[in-house]
Amino acid sequence: MKITLSYGGGGEETNKLINNLFYKYFDNEILKKSEDAAVIETDKKIAFTTDSFTVSPIFFNGGNIGKLAIAGTCNDLAMMGAKPKYLSCGFMIEEGLEYSTLEEIVKTMSNELKKVGAKIVCGDTKVVPAGSVDKIFINTSGIGEIVKNGISASNLEVGDKILISGDIGRHGAVILAKRYGVDTNLNSDCKILWEEVNALIDSGIEIKAMRDATRGGVSAVLNEWVKSSNIGIEIKEESIKISDEVLGLCEIFGFEALDLANEGTFVVAVKSEDAKKAEEILKKFNENAGVIGEVVEGNRVILISPWNTKRVIELPKGELLPRIC
Amino acid sequence: MNLTLKDLYTKFRDPKTIKTLKDLIHKEAKKLKEPMRVMEICGGHTHTIMKYGIKDLMPKNITFIHGPGCPVCIMPKERIDHAITLAKQDGVILATLGDMIRVPGSNSSLAKVRAEGADVRALHSTLDVLQIAKDNPDKKVIFFAIGFETTTPMTAAVIDKALKEGIKNIYYHINHVLVPPPMRAILDSGEAKINAFIGPSHVSVITGAKIYKFLADEYKTPVVVAGFEPVDVLESILMLIRQKIKNEAKVEIQYKRSVTWDGNVVAQKLIDKYLEVRDSFRWRGLGDIPKSALKLKKEYSELDAEIIYKDILPTNPIDDHKMCICGDILKGIATPLDCKVFGNGCSPTNPLGSCMVSDEGACNAYYRYYRR
Amino acid sequence: MCLAIPSKVLEIDENNVAKVDTLGVIREVSLDLIDEEVKVGDYVLIHVGYAMSKIDEKAALESLEVYKQLAEAAKDVDFGEIEPERLVSEDGPLLYKPKVDDESNS
Repeated sequence: MKITLSYGGGGEETNKLINNLFYKYFDNEILKKSEDAAVIETDKKIAFTTDSFTVSPIFFNGGNIGKLAIAGTCNDLAMMGAKPKYLSCGFMIEEGLEYSTLEEIVKTMSNELKKVGAKIVCGDTKVVPAGSVDKIFINTSGIGEIVKNGISASNLEVGDKILISGDIGRHGAVILAKRYGVDTNLNSDCKILWEEVNALIDSGIEIKAMRDATRGGVSAVLNEWVKSSNIGIEIKEESIKISDEVLGLCEIFGFEALDLANEGTFVVAVKSEDAKKAEEILKKFNENAGVIGEVVEGNRVILISPWNTKRVIELPKGELLPRIC
Repeated sequence: MNLTLKDLYTKFRDPKTIKTLKDLIHKEAKKLKEPMRVMEICGGHTHTIMKYGIKDLMPKNITFIHGPGCPVCIMPKERIDHAITLAKQDGVILATLGDMIRVPGSNSSLAKVRAEGADVRALHSTLDVLQIAKDNPDKKVIFFAIGFETTTPMTAAVIDKALKEGIKNIYYHINHVLVPPPMRAILDSGEAKINAFIGPSHVSVITGAKIYKFLADEYKTPVVVAGFEPVDVLESILMLIRQKIKNEAKVEIQYKRSVTWDGNVVAQKLIDKYLEVRDSFRWRGLGDIPKSALKLKKEYSELDAEIIYKDILPTNPIDDHKMCICGDILKGIATPLDCKVFGNGCSPTNPLGSCMVSDEGACNAYYRYYRR
Repeated sequence: MCLAIPSKVLEIDENNVAKVDTLGVIREVSLDLIDEEVKVGDYVLIHVGYAMSKIDEKAALESLEVYKQLAEAAKDVDFGEIEPERLVSEDGPLLYKPKVDDESNS
């Protein structure tokens, strides 16, 4: 069964879609109130974010656009030390999309939300003529309650240590492979990171800066930090774990793993004395986590090879891979 | 000991081995009677040298001179304009290998005309041309063939297969170039003062190491054919140092796991079946070099896009951007750091010259790995 | 692009096309350019859709053995400080003189 323009018309078909699909899978009292706006109360400081998802292909190894839409926004909140609580969700659907495809996506979104206990409390659906969007675009905005205040890209000081929560480049590599038509066993690392972040917060470690390495990969995050905090960063190549499959794809297509997007991997900066503890905590979730470098005087991101030669890692420029997330 | 696939990558990038070779190089280079100025011919080697910081591991008396082994970098603008002109023809699908898409011609590029509606296909496999032709029987598929000897056999194999399968709508614009002639030209000019060569890895797999014999015999310059991993390059430098200390000038093969003296004879025969050497070819920066490129043999001229579209293909040589010194870089007498517009108007996203566009160009390698 | 990548042969079909594995990426390449026998499990060098040659495993292992012995003879791995990049080599700076046409116009 295909979704036609009438499903976005606001009439009977729209209501059917909302009731049979969205209310069924995103079931919660606020949503079901069906008002013009969701009413929320909170006594905590809140973080608020938005993101639009246009990934192509919409289904990939390890996830789909729906999983991304939930994980992406929840992670933006988590990176500010905020527990994801309420999300909005806007669908822009190309007419002709199979109903079963949409259902699969919505089901995935529901599963992801349950993992962190967040709810979609309001939404919107538009169905547009063929060609106006490519199959489906999703926007999610999110509200989170701040549990740990003060995390910022401008907090970094010389001596701080930089850690990563896992191996890098999986999501970007998976999309790359699909785009170029090569088979791979690789799965996207797409996941919600609240558990890891919460563990770091609970341990009492002072989290100075934190960011998930999405578009532009680890290179982008570190370069942004260098600019925001006016410091330099040195990272050791041998401490950055790259899976064989990502390595293979990088070899073939000439990409740098540091530039590839991740959707379930984050970089965190802590005081030097907290680094060991932070590493232990992160390793519980992913053995590939670890300290990758430190903050130094300077104004560049420098990669040190296993034989001590250095090179500058710059902000990836140009359209590396369009519609990666 | 069993060899795994991963070994073929990681063991030739092993830090301990690199350190050992570096120490040996430093120790033995002390015995060199004159500084060693070694040209790595192939762009892939330039890339390895820059990416792995091998330049920084060398003692003071060893200098790398970057060679013209980048098939896209040496394409003169007027030939890039050929590709663009062909792509704009009605009913034509222009297929070529990835790097060509972004190279700027005199006022456009294949990427730009593709955005304007031309059917331009970037291939990762030469064989894809056959499928494109089969899928589009009413279109003329023109394969714009580029590359050194590494890539030429694949073009020949596709010509062969297309003829055998009776696929009638593929035409070829041949821009395959050869390694030995520009080597000769560079040494004859003497400007770069080269006294050693690192021979290309994969050209040599096809041609065999025998094609470099003239460098040793006529120019008394030692050549070591190197693999493309950092350990390979370092071992090759060591082998060159040892030759120089003994006053030798031989062709040696470091890349023993893939290169032989005679090369891939099947590939060579296939090339000879369909292609022949042209009298002259204009190289960007190096000028006209005789017998340095290939074309389709006369008996296949009905497949030759250069002949079929002769009337619309531009022939006037087009000069480079005034500030671009790609030519001198390709000749080995300048480095990207000598260029006033390097990183200052010329970058991989906005390349003024071809050395910046291609992954194998020296400027591209310096931009990615060597900016301070 | 002269980039050629070592890969492992997984399957060979009747059209002389092999399925190869490059560190987890599975692709198909033609074996038409190789005249010696290629078996499943062999390593080949692939370039733009073709296998260019079989990798000589014995030679590879011999090289690795040489490196192993060299490395074992070497002391502990402390690379120490690498000298910062120099633009000048021992035989003096390469005095680069760009062609001077109309420098005043540039």
